[in-house]
Amino acid sequence: MSEEFKVEIVNPEKSFLSKENVTEVVVPAFEGEMGILKDHISIISFLKPGIIKVYSKSEENKYFVEDGIVEFKDNSLSILTSSIYNMSDLDRNKIDQIVKEAEIESSKDNIDDQKRYLIDQKIEVLKNLSLN
Amino acid sequence: MASLDDLKKRISSVKSTQKITKAMKMVAAAKLRRAQENAEKGRPYSEKMNNIILNLSSGISDKENAPKLLVGTGEEKTHLCVVMTSDRGLCGGFNTNIIKKAKQYFQKILKENKILKIITVGSKGYDQLKRQYKDNIIEKISFKDSKNINYFDADKVGKIIIDRFEKKEFDVCAIFYNQFKNVITQIPQEQQIIPLKSNEEKETSSDTNYEFEPEEDEILNNLLPKNISTQIFKAMLENSASEQGSRMSAMDNATRNAGEMVDKLTIQYNRSRQAAITKELIEIISGAESL
Repeated sequence: MSEEFKVEIVNPEKSFLSKENVTEVVVPAFEGEMGILKDHISIISFLKPGIIKVYSKSEENKYFVEDGIVEFKDNSLSILTSSIYNMSDLDRNKIDQIVKEAEIESSKDNIDDQKRYLIDQKIEVLKNLSLN
Repeated sequence: MASLDDLKKRISSVKSTQKITKAMKMVAAAKLRRAQENAEKGRPYSEKMNNIILNLSSGISDKENAPKLLVGTGEEKTHLCVVMTSDRGLCGGFNTNIIKKAKQYFQKILKENKILKIITVGSKGYDQLKRQYKDNIIEKISFKDSKNINYFDADKVGKIIIDRFEKKEFDVCAIFYNQFKNVITQIPQEQQIIPLKSNEEKETSSDTNYEFEPEEDEILNNLLPKNISTQIFKAMLENSASEQGSRMSAMDNATRNAGEMVDKLTIQYNRSRQAAITKELIEIISGAESL
């Protein structure tokens, strides 16, 4: 029996990615990384800034997301996010720019703890990115 | 009767108007295709978002403590209406239709002695509403400067709404926009976004038991504000497609009307020219006969 399931990533502007034949997806869920395989229990969760990894038999794709919601149901995974970047499109300059913006944001005083946590998380993830 | 010269001038002026409307029609057609594409691409996101929220809210056990954005404040005293129109004119009945729909709603609310507050998005809506409802308009937003509709703008509107909701400035919020059906038909829509009202609850909600991480309430609290921005974004996309469609058919009509007018004026011009020639001939002939 095939071990493949369907994944769909959408952002407000368009359907970003739709694939029928993925074997595993790793998402940066709010309470830790979460790997999803076929026949996972139905789940709804949040994303924090991090890397989504999409594995299929032939290839492996990585995407950077800033936020989002995942829903898994009947072997179809939907990821809704407002900002997503394909890792192969990102270069050092772009990352530095995002980090800089995030740092400005985090230096403001009027943000609550949760937001601060998210921003710090984002900076950390981006800084640790190894580009290949 | 107008002189030959006047007629000539009128013909050429109508012709140049026709040129303009024709060009506007072409531009609208090109923009329409893009706007329509965007609207269609944007649909999956808002649909999915809606689905997730439906699934979540059907799974909520403690209705009393559910987020206020979902179940409302328990009152229906103050209504906030977000009227979304275009920033540009010359698009047929596009803005008027939305305003008409909104005004019906306003009157219903005022009749029930409730408080009405209005936010207008797009300058044309403000222009049409300010005469009658000036005191009710609490904010006007316009995105004249941004070329394309983007999520960022929608998010701004969403945040304004949520801010005001948290300050308890209103109980119920509805948005008005035009839904794009096809080039000639746009349906003005009224959609209540706070508290969330779903028409198709029975059909889409399933019995699936979800696992939540973190807790349902927390997810809902995070999701609901996002949903509002999403709905507004959807409305903006639909609106822009409708605007272009409406403009295209309006300009098409205008071009046709101008063509008819040119024809009519040309006939009139030719007739009067002929009349002048005949008159001169008669004068010459009768002059020759009298000799």
